Amino acid sequence: MPAITHHTPDALLFAYAAGSLPAPFGLVVATHISLCLECRAAYEAHQAAGGVVLESVDAMALSEGLKSSVFDMLDRPANHEPTHKRSDIYPGPVMDSLEGKPPRWKPLGYGVRQSILSSGPDGSVRLLQIPSGQAVPDHSHQGIELTLVLQGSFSDETGRFGVGDLEVADHELKHTPTADVGDACICLAATDAPLKFTSLLPSLLQPLFRI
Amino acid sequence: MLTASLEINRADRFQMVWFRKGIEKVTKPSPIVSPQTSLMLAVRDSRDREAFAALFDHFAPRLKGFIMRAGIGSGQAEEVVQEVMLTVWRKAAQFDPARAQVSAWLYQIARNRQIDLIRKERRALPEELEYAPATEPDAGQILAVEQESGHLKQALARLKPDQRAVIEKAYLGELSHQEISAQTGLPLGTIKSRIRLGLERLRHELKDMR
Repeated sequence: MPAITHHTPDALLFAYAAGSLPAPFGLVVATHISLCLECRAAYEAHQAAGGVVLESVDAMALSEGLKSSVFDMLDRPANHEPTHKRSDIYPGPVMDSLEGKPPRWKPLGYGVRQSILSSGPDGSVRLLQIPSGQAVPDHSHQGIELTLVLQGSFSDETGRFGVGDLEVADHELKHTPTADVGDACICLAATDAPLKFTSLLPSLLQPLFRI
Repeated sequence: MLTASLEINRADRFQMVWFRKGIEKVTKPSPIVSPQTSLMLAVRDSRDREAFAALFDHFAPRLKGFIMRAGIGSGQAEEVVQEVMLTVWRKAAQFDPARAQVSAWLYQIARNRQIDLIRKERRALPEELEYAPATEPDAGQILAVEQESGHLKQALARLKPDQRAVIEKAYLGELSHQEISAQTGLPLGTIKSRIRLGLERLRHELKDMR
């Protein structure tokens, strides 16, 4: 396990456990938990509290046949849901999202590459690869951006982020993450709103690149 | 190692008998494992249908109420309940009483199935930790998990009604993540000791693995 210094904030772990996070954030938090024992323990603690709440909910009467129909199905084979194990630097949840295949990198300019994992109305999540010493163009956010380091490290105005570290940037943070010297920095990055780049790409082109 | 596991199984069976038949005279000392944990272990280890039926009777109506609180109609809620209970049966091998109470385990399964079925998206889940095969069931840890859940329950019960309502709404999935973040005053201190306990346990498991 990497030595993690930047953890998932408790409110995000809480919301993840409660199923209230948009899917792109859910993927980042699930990936961070895969790497971080402390956050796994906190996540499990929220499950325990959720269990207490479940016990306290008013019970609702069930339809008559429900129990017997469940019993009828006990011996039927379950639909197999494939799950993928960690491969190379990519933890299980990322591999699930890649459907077990390696990322398909697309150039973004200045040696920066991205592989979009999903993009939709509730935000987007992608892998970003930033060459050693390269800055991710100055950008600000309309919503929240979560960035989890999977390889190498980056630094910005708020500190240094190594493997397993999670940065939470809100709309007030205008930052210039720069990959540190060493391996290219590979991150899993999710936003709940489109990024606003203030250089590199005119904002008109942003929809084309889906960044 | 083996002895410990046998002892636990024996204790569970004993609990089961006590639970089913209501025998009141306890002649043998046994760890006080909750009836639900005993039932779930019987499902996990012996594929005990009677135990599963008892779990169904306890949890299915609560699950339905829980899912309907999210604004889901009765029919669809029952579809989710059905999937949750089938998952409990099929994935019973993953139940680890040293890490979670049955209610906590079901809570998470319910959340996952609800998101899969209602939102039609596959929920991203953390990788499972792989323990060494020889991991011994630790009776002390099982009891510690049950005690901690008891503490959580008491702590929730002691909250002011409006605070408790907010916490319940959050765990029921009625608050967005922004709303949860905005609740800076949430009295979550009670969860801290549960986190410490879980962390100790996870570190212990991983140490055994290496």
